[in-house]
Amino acid sequence: MTVIDTRGPDSGKPRVPLIYNPKVRGIAFQVLLCALIAFLVWEAVSNAADNLARAKVAAGFDFWNHTAGFDISQTLIEYSTASTYGRAFWVGLLNTLLVAGLGIVFATILGFIVGIARLSTNWLVSKVASVYVELIRNLPLLLQLLFWYNAVLKALPEMRDSLVIPGGGFLNNRGLFLPQPTFHHQALATLIAIGLGVALAIAFVVWAKRRQIRTGRQSPVFTVAMFFVVVLPGAVFALTGFPVEFMFPEKGRFNIRGGIEVLPEFMALLFGLVVYTAAFIAEVVRAGILSVSKGQTEAAYSLGLRPRPTLRLVIIPQAMRVIIPPLTNQYLNLTKNSSLAVAVGYPDLVQVFAGTVLNQTGQAVEVIVITMAVYLIISLVTSFLMNLYNRRVMLVER
Amino acid sequence: MTRVLIGIALAAALGATASVASAQTLNTVKQRGNLNCGANGTLPGFGLPDAQGRWTGLDVDYCKAIAAAIFNDPNKVKFVPLTARDRFTALQSGDVDVLARNTTWTSSRDTSLGLNFTAINYFDGQGFLVRKALKVNSALELNDAAVCVQQGTTTELNLADYFRANKMKLKTVTFATSDEAVKAYDAGRCDAYTTDASGLAGERLRLANSNDHIMLPEIISKEPLGPVVRHGDDQWFDIAKWAHYAMVTAEELGITRANVDDHMKSENPDVKRLLGTEGKHGEALGLTNDWAVRIIKHVGNYGESFERNVGQGSNLKIARGLNGLWTKGGLQYAPPLR
Repeated sequence: MTVIDTRGPDSGKPRVPLIYNPKVRGIAFQVLLCALIAFLVWEAVSNAADNLARAKVAAGFDFWNHTAGFDISQTLIEYSTASTYGRAFWVGLLNTLLVAGLGIVFATILGFIVGIARLSTNWLVSKVASVYVELIRNLPLLLQLLFWYNAVLKALPEMRDSLVIPGGGFLNNRGLFLPQPTFHHQALATLIAIGLGVALAIAFVVWAKRRQIRTGRQSPVFTVAMFFVVVLPGAVFALTGFPVEFMFPEKGRFNIRGGIEVLPEFMALLFGLVVYTAAFIAEVVRAGILSVSKGQTEAAYSLGLRPRPTLRLVIIPQAMRVIIPPLTNQYLNLTKNSSLAVAVGYPDLVQVFAGTVLNQTGQAVEVIVITMAVYLIISLVTSFLMNLYNRRVMLVER
Repeated sequence: MTRVLIGIALAAALGATASVASAQTLNTVKQRGNLNCGANGTLPGFGLPDAQGRWTGLDVDYCKAIAAAIFNDPNKVKFVPLTARDRFTALQSGDVDVLARNTTWTSSRDTSLGLNFTAINYFDGQGFLVRKALKVNSALELNDAAVCVQQGTTTELNLADYFRANKMKLKTVTFATSDEAVKAYDAGRCDAYTTDASGLAGERLRLANSNDHIMLPEIISKEPLGPVVRHGDDQWFDIAKWAHYAMVTAEELGITRANVDDHMKSENPDVKRLLGTEGKHGEALGLTNDWAVRIIKHVGNYGESFERNVGQGSNLKIARGLNGLWTKGGLQYAPPLR
């Protein structure tokens, strides 16, 4: 008797026990991992809470509304020693955002210049750029910050021998002091004129572009836009009789009073961050430009484009696709590195909040958690914005 | 520094239950074989390692006294240099057993920080250091001045209070360590540097031209400096307290490093109780009865330690003043040992 296998070769998957099923196993391991992580987090949190309670250390966020009682050297919003710890937090956060924001702008400009200079056919220019990049990115940032801070302090004159800046400013080792403008209400007309000018300029640019597409004729976009944005508001400003007053800084017995004050700590930190990050951005830019194949340049030249428009219209737009993601990293690095401010006495979030506030309240866990959350949020927002931009310049495949 | 802080905070969060607030600090220290002492690594007279890594100072002597009482060896101490900012977190999280780092006793530190101040081993007050060339004779003339200060200190708060109380304008420049603050003052960033008067005396000597700087006469605050322990271990709290009082009592009784052996035969009941030839005061602390003898032999009495570190035997040449014995017009006073 022959045994006939009635099941065909494809009549069904072989029956395996559940534990050998790869899908079930995968899910089981994931669940296990999640449970383990959840357990560890819960254990850490409850253990910390237990320990703090046993040591009778104050916990919670009540301290937020308590009087801080210490002074901060740079405050973008109103703050006095009678303000609360919560207010001190905002002061520190704004100081961090100020230095990070300006740092990103200047580092980008400097980085692009150096990156392009490094590819220059001019031997001297490219070598200077190379030396800059290699020198700066191979030295620790903290050392550079200390160097710049001491260089700033040592190089600038004392208060009594302040350098006088034409127009009523002073520069000394206490900082840079500039006249502070205060506008009268007639200045509103100028503000409206600026808004109008910008709108007109944009309208003209759009119109000029359409016209170029339609007829091929170019318009003097830059000159006309400049007229709308600069000359028009300027004329209005003059017609309304220059409604502005300057508060000039004055020398006091110890310090200079009044006007806009730029601290040397701020200058040193900003300068250090910009110089350091620009070296990395330069490399990112160089890599991006090199990633555009030489054929693109040759094609542009053969169409009759000169080197500058070639760079601006052909190379850079394609290079941006390669540049944006690592550039985002550099922006995030700059923001996070700004926490080294503490070494040069600049009152950023870490110095004010994770420093003085933590010490005065003793609530390390709460303060550090808030500080970390803030940096996380800043970083996530930065990368979100950069991703939006990246999506715009990304290669659209059809 | 941020990393240290975050590390400590994480350690506090994750740290073994045993290390924090357990009632067994003495046993832990004995098992470990050394005392972990949070100290100031940069302040002459209080806590400063020399070129060979030997620590000296009034606070250093205090930690050595505890080690001597426990191990009969003053060198069984690991000194952990801490900044003013990191010190409390380090103590709270169990990184150090005792914090002897010229720390001012305040109510909030004693309560909501979860700490216990043991005794006052130096009565201090906050002063100002300025350049002679400024021709300032009083702190009240400092309106609008820029003042360099160290972060995380009572100094930072007193400074703001003093200027606010006297309706003066202030520009504070805050640094994480006293080193950085002094350096910035020396570079001309600030008109004045402020900290405890004892600290000013020490920092002044480290400036480029110390004779160009003077201390202003005003003392703007009370700064009772003392060692600190964590809440929750009363035995350890007692040991930390009485290590200091033993040194003060020894000075009261005239017992020094040199003559402690002679006093062993003394018939004076006070001396007998201190030196453990009568009573069981050491065992009550969880130590041996000759605990005070060990302290005096290895470290000396309070007066000896004072003169050696900050007084006439040192560069600082600070007078005893408030830190003299109560019998000599000072404030150092130990509860009776009985």
